[in-house]
Amino acid sequence: MQRFLYESAAIVEVELLKLLRDPTEIISRAVQPLLWLMVFGQVLARTHGINTGSLSYLAFITPGILAQSVLFSSIFYGIAIIWERDLGVVHKLLVSPAMRSSLVFGKAIAAGFRGVIQTAVIYFIAFLMHVGLRLEPLIIFAVLTSVILGAGIFATFSLIIACIVKTRERFMGIGQLLTMPMFFASNAIYPLEIMPNWLRVIAQINPLTYLIDALRGLMVTGGAHIHSYTIDFSVMLMVFVILLFIAVKLYPTLAE
Amino acid sequence: MNDDAIHHFAIETFDLTRRFEKMVAVDHIDLRISYGEVFGLLGANGAGKSTVIKMLTTLLTPSSGSADVGGFDIIKTPDEVRRSIGYVSQLLSADGALTGYENLRLSAKLYGLSKSDRIYRIADALSFMGLTDYAHKLVKNYSGGMIRRLELAQAMLHRPAILFLDEPTIGLDPVARHMVWDRLLTLRHDYGMTILITTHDMEEAETLCDNLAIMHSGKISIVGNPAKLRAGLGENASMDDVFAYFAGGSIHESGAFREVEQTRHTARRLG
Repeated sequence: MQRFLYESAAIVEVELLKLLRDPTEIISRAVQPLLWLMVFGQVLARTHGINTGSLSYLAFITPGILAQSVLFSSIFYGIAIIWERDLGVVHKLLVSPAMRSSLVFGKAIAAGFRGVIQTAVIYFIAFLMHVGLRLEPLIIFAVLTSVILGAGIFATFSLIIACIVKTRERFMGIGQLLTMPMFFASNAIYPLEIMPNWLRVIAQINPLTYLIDALRGLMVTGGAHIHSYTIDFSVMLMVFVILLFIAVKLYPTLAE
Repeated sequence: MNDDAIHHFAIETFDLTRRFEKMVAVDHIDLRISYGEVFGLLGANGAGKSTVIKMLTTLLTPSSGSADVGGFDIIKTPDEVRRSIGYVSQLLSADGALTGYENLRLSAKLYGLSKSDRIYRIADALSFMGLTDYAHKLVKNYSGGMIRRLELAQAMLHRPAILFLDEPTIGLDPVARHMVWDRLLTLRHDYGMTILITTHDMEEAETLCDNLAIMHSGKISIVGNPAKLRAGLGENASMDDVFAYFAGGSIHESGAFREVEQTRHTARRLG
């Protein structure tokens, strides 16, 4: 276990170093949530078309936009993996005696830390827009844990796709195909109750729904969540472990 | 594990075969490479050299047959094999977004070196490769020769018994190429490393290799000492003649698309 954590930390460390040296991705990723909250959120709030109970529509979608931001950046993490394969970095990692599980877990957690930066950006935007945010340290810690877990799930899923398709062109197509349906088949911008039954069934098996549910309960003042935190975190953890298991099996095929 | 291999051979393959669907990339090859030897694996693009290296470095599972590397079976004990080897890929695998020191530190951590060993060995490897003054510069600002030397430094950090080099001087200018050769020969001399190198460069093969094998269509065409192979072909035969004769044609005509693409990709990155 100690070796696993040590090797994973080594991967996380270099990924974070790279991210901090070239923050353009963080800046560009901040634009989309800004548009969703400032344009889409404000316009739809004025229509009063979606019943979000006692919560304002802007407060309702803030956790959804954070989760969306995490999804959109993590689901394209596979591109970086394919790039590393083309550069021979994957080959070098796989020839080392490092555990395959720590290489994959390290990548997933590194993606999670990208989510932490996105969380800070969205908290800042939401604060400026007078969304009631819960700022207790323990709550913020729980939000960050959810974000890291969610980003880890989608980044690992992305890694699995990368291992299957192996080229950037194919990956881009599949990535585009997955993100919007996952987003719309979730409770990000409207509650589950107003969905047609077929969509609600899909939303219930979509891990994004559980991430948003946990965030909605934790992040905004008066935010209501459908499932208990135990269910939200258990589902996310279970999905993460299953995806990690598959990714560990598939990752070595990238070097073949 | 074969007992003889422990005493005599750093690398030994037994009917090693790899198929990709109907295509046989490596066809029942038997190789024996002694400890301390620099062994060249030559062949046209698509001959199967990189596939052999991938199997011996545990990146690819053989379809049939087996091999011992450093006395360990590549199928039954891949972890032990990985601890015994260093590998420099045909591609430029050093991370350009990190400094040379950070690249080395990552390798040291993944190979489980303790903190004290890590500090000492990184300094030693940087000094050995003439990169001490550039250790804290980003690798994307290194020259092609410096990147190759950094990759060699990464591969030797854990003092492996066997070093695998897949076309290590491809795309390098003559000065950088000779500097890499010099370091390889010193590695062999100072650390007694066994080196398996694939190359298209006949001068490289003749300068570095004690023995070499020429592959053609997944099979070993010939194994021998470079001088003897030349002599066997005729009084004035060059290594190019030896290659053309045993590799089944011209040096420049053949090649699988993926290998050619990789070669050009590496050359482009080296500028």
